[in-house]
Amino acid sequence: MGVSSRIDAGCLPPSLPLPRIRLRPKAGFVGQERRGNAGAAPRLTNAMLNFLARRLAQLVPTLFFVSILIFSLQQLLPGDPALVMAGEERDPAVIEQIRHQYRLDQPIPVQYVYWVKGVLSGDFGESLRIKVPVRDLIAHALPVTAQLAVMAIIIAFGIGVPAGIISAVKKGTAWDYGANFFAVWGISTPNFWLGIMLIFLFSIILGWLPASGYVSPFENLRGSLASTIMPAFVLGNAIAAILMRHTRSAMLQVLESDYVRTARAKGLSERSVILKHAMRNALTPVITLGALELGTLLSGAVLTEQIFTIPGFGKLIVDAVFNRDYAVVQGVVLVTATIYITLNLIADIAYILVNPRLRA
Amino acid sequence: MTDATINAASLAGSQDELESPARRALRRLFKRKGAVAGLIVLSIFLLLAIFAPLIAPFDPVATSWSLVRKPPSALHWFGTDELGRDVLARVIYGTRASLLAGVISVSIALSVGVPLGLISGYRGGFIDALISRITDAMLACPFLILAIALAAFLGPSLGNAMIAIGVTATPIFVRLTRGQVMSVKVEDYVEAARAMGNPRWRIALFHILPNIMPALLVQATLSVAAAIIAEAALSFLGLGQQPPSPSWGSMLNAAQRFLTNAPWMAIWPGLAIFLVVLSLNLVGDGLRDALDPRER
Repeated sequence: MGVSSRIDAGCLPPSLPLPRIRLRPKAGFVGQERRGNAGAAPRLTNAMLNFLARRLAQLVPTLFFVSILIFSLQQLLPGDPALVMAGEERDPAVIEQIRHQYRLDQPIPVQYVYWVKGVLSGDFGESLRIKVPVRDLIAHALPVTAQLAVMAIIIAFGIGVPAGIISAVKKGTAWDYGANFFAVWGISTPNFWLGIMLIFLFSIILGWLPASGYVSPFENLRGSLASTIMPAFVLGNAIAAILMRHTRSAMLQVLESDYVRTARAKGLSERSVILKHAMRNALTPVITLGALELGTLLSGAVLTEQIFTIPGFGKLIVDAVFNRDYAVVQGVVLVTATIYITLNLIADIAYILVNPRLRA
Repeated sequence: MTDATINAASLAGSQDELESPARRALRRLFKRKGAVAGLIVLSIFLLLAIFAPLIAPFDPVATSWSLVRKPPSALHWFGTDELGRDVLARVIYGTRASLLAGVISVSIALSVGVPLGLISGYRGGFIDALISRITDAMLACPFLILAIALAAFLGPSLGNAMIAIGVTATPIFVRLTRGQVMSVKVEDYVEAARAMGNPRWRIALFHILPNIMPALLVQATLSVAAAIIAEAALSFLGLGQQPPSPSWGSMLNAAQRFLTNAPWMAIWPGLAIFLVVLSLNLVGDGLRDALDPRER
């Protein structure tokens, strides 16, 4: 039961127990076990530094392959970019000139080198359709999706962690079954259907919330929350289910441990045992998992943004794919992949920092 | 597993101890209420898909201008859509597209990913590093976005959506197979097989592969669920099943436009996706517990 699968239109599940936290404590890592002192200040040791160095060194080839993969997307997308840019213009000379201007007449490896050079200096090229720098489009869309992601992760933790704790503490009761039912429900509901149903309930029947559109929190905080609460819930719901399962299994493990028995034996109240001793230790893997999910959220909002017509990353990329706007597709995928890889790294680092058993 | 055989040998065979691992897994699977419920619902949908022409009350593509967006009635249980087609018939026929897409795309992912993972995990070295980095790169790109880009490249059709989803799901199986192979290849029985002079491919296919099957089976079941959602998502965007053929995803797309006047168009296809995906997840969870040798 401790394992969960992410079923989300945004991402297919790698569904082994905490699959992306690949850190397995090797012989050198395990020192004396100092359990239950999650509050101690983290210290870096040689073994940890080695691990971090290897982990960082892995980033380079991964990013290299990501850039090749993303660049070959351009070759995969249908249609001739020069024709798309020419629009109504059908004059061969003009098309030839566009080809030359955007280096589309050069061999593909040469185009790749120019593209990477541009990306490294912060230049993602220009949207072929609307002639706006891709950097500006990303700069507009990223905060929108980031706001959704942060709200979604708050919702996910707010529902998932308490539900997981309650179901572990009250194992085998109606509470436990209810929480488990919620988890299966959250993982199995397609998020675009949930979105449509929420619009139907809250916008059409009750008329409480706007069905679509987006308001910036800097213009109107209330309006902004109203326009993003439904999509954020849709995104957060599936993650809440995953967090709930992991919290539950981590809590069940911790509740059987010696130090929890000791805490009970010395007469602490059940409330203090659960909140102070068990929870703090059970939650560390869950928090790193949350960092990973934040990464999938940033990229996984594709359909949700489509349904609520929110001008974030997901909508940007779907529109770009349909408009054959290569530069935008490449830029957005590259940025999401980089964010995802970085969050992965942070999660790995956090995992060693908060886990006393990995500190020698 | 070894315990069971030793016990069986020493006790000289009580029926219960002699059953094969597969049988034992099945027996344990059928003990789980959730998994059994999931299997029942899946069988119902499978029957619906196979016998759709016999079960569906109407032709799923027959339009009627006098029946546009009629609410559910005794004649049309689930109501009618924007072209006067029977929603129940379309949901029943849509089962075909969804189940096919789920099974075929995961088959593609398995048939590409498992061999690559076997090679990567068993050979190690440069090939392993190359395959692993490519896998990492693919997993670093948002799943649905890769699938959308591939499907857009191949052209919108159900077959191409399946290929796009299958290719995008492949790295998951590469990584899973590789990890499993790495942990299994140091086992004594692999060492024994090597000592007996078996060639590498034989060890990989006949000694390692059967032992990592349980993990692959569980992941495949859960992936079918994810693939069905992905197919519905692609069809929702117009990149999957093409009209007028029914698919749950494209029905939801049409339904969103008529949500105010005809909410029944949105409820049934979504509920169908939910039920199938839920059942697959329940069966997958049940399988995982049933196949876990540590659990008794």
